[in-house]
Amino acid sequence: MKAVGAGGEVAIKGVGDFSPEPTAARASLRRLWRLKWGMAAAALMLLIVASAVLAPWLAPYDPLAVDIQHRLAPPVWMDGGTPKHLLGTDQVGRDLLARMIYGGRVSLIVGVTAVLISATIGVLTGLTAGYFGPRVDWLIMALVNVMLSFPFVLLALAVIAVLGPSLLNMIIVLAVADWPLYVRVIRAETLAMRERDFVTAGRALGMSHARIVFRQIFPNLVSVIVVIATLQVARVIILESFLSFLGLGVQPPTPAWGNMLGEGRVYMLNSWWIAAFPGLAIFVTTLAINLMGNALRDWLDPHMKL
Amino acid sequence: MRRYLARQLVQLVVVIVGISMLAFAILHVIGDPVLLLLPQNAGKAEYERYHKLLGLDKPIYVQYWKFASRAIQGDFGKSWYTDTPAFRLVLQRMAPTIYLTLAGLVMALLIALPLGIVAALKRHSFVDNLCTMIAVAGQAMPIFWLGIMLIIIFAVRLKALPASGYGTWQHFLMPAFTLGAFLAPLTMRLVRSGVIEIMNMEYIKTARAKGLGEWMVVVKHAFRNACIPVITVLGLQFGQLLGGAIITETVFAWPGVATLTVESIRNQDFPVVQCAVVLLALIIVSVNFLVDMIVGLIDPRIRVGA
Repeated sequence: MKAVGAGGEVAIKGVGDFSPEPTAARASLRRLWRLKWGMAAAALMLLIVASAVLAPWLAPYDPLAVDIQHRLAPPVWMDGGTPKHLLGTDQVGRDLLARMIYGGRVSLIVGVTAVLISATIGVLTGLTAGYFGPRVDWLIMALVNVMLSFPFVLLALAVIAVLGPSLLNMIIVLAVADWPLYVRVIRAETLAMRERDFVTAGRALGMSHARIVFRQIFPNLVSVIVVIATLQVARVIILESFLSFLGLGVQPPTPAWGNMLGEGRVYMLNSWWIAAFPGLAIFVTTLAINLMGNALRDWLDPHMKL
Repeated sequence: MRRYLARQLVQLVVVIVGISMLAFAILHVIGDPVLLLLPQNAGKAEYERYHKLLGLDKPIYVQYWKFASRAIQGDFGKSWYTDTPAFRLVLQRMAPTIYLTLAGLVMALLIALPLGIVAALKRHSFVDNLCTMIAVAGQAMPIFWLGIMLIIIFAVRLKALPASGYGTWQHFLMPAFTLGAFLAPLTMRLVRSGVIEIMNMEYIKTARAKGLGEWMVVVKHAFRNACIPVITVLGLQFGQLLGGAIITETVFAWPGVATLTVESIRNQDFPVVQCAVVLLALIIVSVNFLVDMIVGLIDPRIRVGA
């Protein structure tokens, strides 16, 4: 695939209608300008993470507290809204804003944990496939291709069906479903790196395989891994909320954006806000993460092929 | 071409065997079918009897062989819930899923082709930047939320379209758009980078030099060649497209395989889940195979180089 930057530039090898090299000062200025979306996204993300961490102090109510008097209250700016509940309430009168703030915790925990696990598995497997010759490579890539040709969602659904829905199972499922993506990229990079002079030199000096892989090859792959992992957090969060939306993820009454959206669907005929706001939260979060990932890629290595 | 075909066929078989093992493992390794079938208060003797009855006392490879040889004949066992053959149940729901997938694909192309081409021809213009922004937002969009928002706007508020169900062309509009929105961002980026790359080629200059109108150059020379990467990636993304169809189906209560699968998971009806997983995987693998063949025919470099 071509490398498409956040600004939409396409790096094409050999073919160029690019303007002549700008001076260093102008180049760095331009680079900073191109990162503006990334910076804005990072600030937004910081806000989302902070509100999830500080939920007990920020949320106006307990997310499970029921206010029977104000059931299905619309947001404050609509007719019938009360200033007590800024974003309105759900079918049993729980404050939507409070539930949204708490709901972020589930998505962020699942997203980050699942990605950490899957990145570890994927990177180790990718290094193995790329470094240890064609036989191991063939075996691993056969498995990876099976998993990649298979819809992520279907795999997650099938495994959850047997394991049963819970937070831990969801993390396991998402981590297991997500690792093949890293293998492809890491393997290709390792294959290329293995032939480089510094690796040959290392081998000639008598370094162990482990030392070559982890001290010489791995450090060169860190930026690629960071970029993929960042983008994957967004993907995992969407999938996590979809599972919760179907009732196969985090179980109510624990607030999660996905299960709030699922509950809200039942009431969308009269009370659109119950479904609208949690979904908006998912969208804004994944958008921020994607923008951050794109900016990170441009910043670390504009020619990265992802 | 023959060697290319043979290599692809071997890969196809490996992938199919892999997926059948996965489907088998879902029920027999992770879960215990006896525990799922028997009522919770069943005694130990009853458990042993069923264990034997289902052939679970035999070695695992014998069990897998039995499962696989039956599955080849389309026998996945009877649904535990409705007592009809699982294969027939899944097959009945296959047509709506395929129609939805195709409709989504068409919708994605309707959105992505014009936008991608315009963005490529007017690089770095306002239109191009706008398209990039739409693509970035589209990639972060949780489509189950998009679907619900569409229902709230077009079905609940405007009463212009049916909220869910299947039958007339109106039923297709919102699901097809939702699924199209899932695939369009990636497609648009591919079209854009493909057209940009090709517009710099020598033969385009030749076409211009011989006095062809710009429109003819774009349509006859550039667009056709830009289609190759688009077809390849779309073909390989077919699994993801089907994954998107699964999500879309559950939002719009579309009577397809995905809705059936989710229902079956809720009812713990595993033969149906297994059958659906295997059949969907089979479709994905066959489409990938066909795409590889078509691309190999169009572009000889691929079948030699790969």
